[in-house]
Amino acid sequence: MSLLELKNVTLRFGGLVAVNDVSFSVEEGEVFALVGPNGAGKSTILNMISRLYTPAEGDILFEGKSILGAEPHDVPVLGIARTFQNIELFEQASVLQNLLVGRHTHCCSNFLTDMLFTPFVRAQERVHREAVEHVIDFLDLQPYRQKLIAGLPYGVRKVVEMGRALAVKPKLLLLDEPASGLSVEETQDVAFWIEDIKKVMGVTVLMVEHDMHLVSSVSDRVMALADGSMLSIGTPQEVQTDPAVIEAYLGSDDGTESGEAA
Amino acid sequence: MRIVFKTSYDADIRLFKHKAQAFWYLLLFALAILLPFLISDFLIGEATLVLIWAICGMGLMVLVGQTGQASLGHAAFMAVGAYSNVLYQEHFSMPFLLSFPLAGLTAGVAGALIAMPITKLHGIYLAIATLAISVLAEDLIVIMEPLTGGVSGLFAPDIEIFGFVFNRYGNPVELYWLVLFITFLIVYLYRNMLRSPIGRSFAAVRDSEVSAKAMGINVARTKMVAFAISCFITGLGGALMGHFATIFTNETFNLIMSITLLLIIVVGGLGTIHGAFFGAIVFVMLPLVISLTRDALTVFADSGSVTIPGLESGLFGIILIGFILFEPMGIYGRWLKIRTYFELFPFYRKDMFRRQKSYLKTERTR
Repeated sequence: MSLLELKNVTLRFGGLVAVNDVSFSVEEGEVFALVGPNGAGKSTILNMISRLYTPAEGDILFEGKSILGAEPHDVPVLGIARTFQNIELFEQASVLQNLLVGRHTHCCSNFLTDMLFTPFVRAQERVHREAVEHVIDFLDLQPYRQKLIAGLPYGVRKVVEMGRALAVKPKLLLLDEPASGLSVEETQDVAFWIEDIKKVMGVTVLMVEHDMHLVSSVSDRVMALADGSMLSIGTPQEVQTDPAVIEAYLGSDDGTESGEAA
Repeated sequence: MRIVFKTSYDADIRLFKHKAQAFWYLLLFALAILLPFLISDFLIGEATLVLIWAICGMGLMVLVGQTGQASLGHAAFMAVGAYSNVLYQEHFSMPFLLSFPLAGLTAGVAGALIAMPITKLHGIYLAIATLAISVLAEDLIVIMEPLTGGVSGLFAPDIEIFGFVFNRYGNPVELYWLVLFITFLIVYLYRNMLRSPIGRSFAAVRDSEVSAKAMGINVARTKMVAFAISCFITGLGGALMGHFATIFTNETFNLIMSITLLLIIVVGGLGTIHGAFFGAIVFVMLPLVISLTRDALTVFADSGSVTIPGLESGLFGIILIGFILFEPMGIYGRWLKIRTYFELFPFYRKDMFRRQKSYLKTERTR
């Protein structure tokens, strides 16, 4: 059984078909990448999995069960965490608080016990604090713990957002362009982290990414999309050499982009 | 500048960052307790009023500062607190100790019920909807005359706890201590809220609803809880205000009061407990300062007493505009800057606190 399975999913915005009859499955323990030119429907697919959009047709299965009946806030409870393309952190809160929000699905106190700060809440806070510390260690965020997000540089915010998703302790991690806007060194860090997320934490990753170098170095399988339809699916090598992909995504006979991709 | 060396996770959970901070707050609390021995009974009455406004301000702060939901109708919930408190005492002959928390609870439940439909609105639309609630509440008080006394109002009996009587004129000092104790309790609950999951989910809803959802926060329910807690605290403040005013009518809790509450927390500093207190001090002290200045001017100019109608609200408006233009973080923000300046002296930079500040922003993505 695949961890995540999309079956003939179609999504329309009015007359525009954003995602057209797309099917694929993500196996447990792999890194699966979605690539494609702008407007291909990659982020839309992520938004459908995190239930921000509801597909018009088709079904999305997670661990064999349909998640189309779930509300957006139920999705992380199932074990799916995500990051956003345009960083969506809690700006006026510290890095630590942002990561602790990621632990929300593991909180079992209510607002009354919270306001009285019962011993149970205190014990729970310690557990969360420790879990978050592991994420901080993993992503080397130690210097930023108490810093407000509003004062942090872009690259660090990107890492914090990944950390917040990891704090959820998901089974499936959705990364929406984890390397966009990052320097070459930072992108390399992201590549190492994705490897470790897969191997050490055992988390399955589904990511959308434009940087073909990152995609080919970390992902096990790649799916190429264009205009909402599937072009090709397979290993990074297979997809990159697929003539349809070269035509739609890398451009034909140009040579520069395909050279970079290789 | 103090570097706190943290050796346990509790260092991030504790109420005070370090011993010196705890010491200063304890000193402040001791000073507040000893205040009646330092100033006159009239000023103690004013100090009581500051505390009551601060309680109401904290109530609104939960909603506006912490959860980012605008409300221009919180006087309505003050009214619910004030009226239900007195009605419980009169009709069910409840003691204050029971009627007071029940009044807060009534306001909280009212807030939660109203929140269910109107928190679907965002930004300016939510502000307009809550404004309507404030207007409606005024009319409802008049319509429900058999219960509320209509335009002739209700008379609040003296607070009585275990035979001790608290009256604004008879024993202002005891009333001050009672209000101080309630303020202390609410500040404690507020601080607990900020350091626990519920406070973090409020901040999450404030800063990004879409990623709050992606982290598993039920946004609609969180907003409802925020309304409930906010209205509970404001209701308690309203009940105290009722006792303090001794008689209140539909006009006591009018629209101006709702707006005043919002002004208090904006001038004081959004998103902080300190802000509610600073704002309340400014609001209560302003008429005092004006009348003192007027007296001084009269002596100086050797003329008769001059009264300018609307001077207070005019001045308060000017102060508010000044703050929005020059210090959006309010008095508490200014205080933080001054403190940082001395802590880091001589390394303070002018732009240290410069960042985009938008609590009441409209939605980016739905």
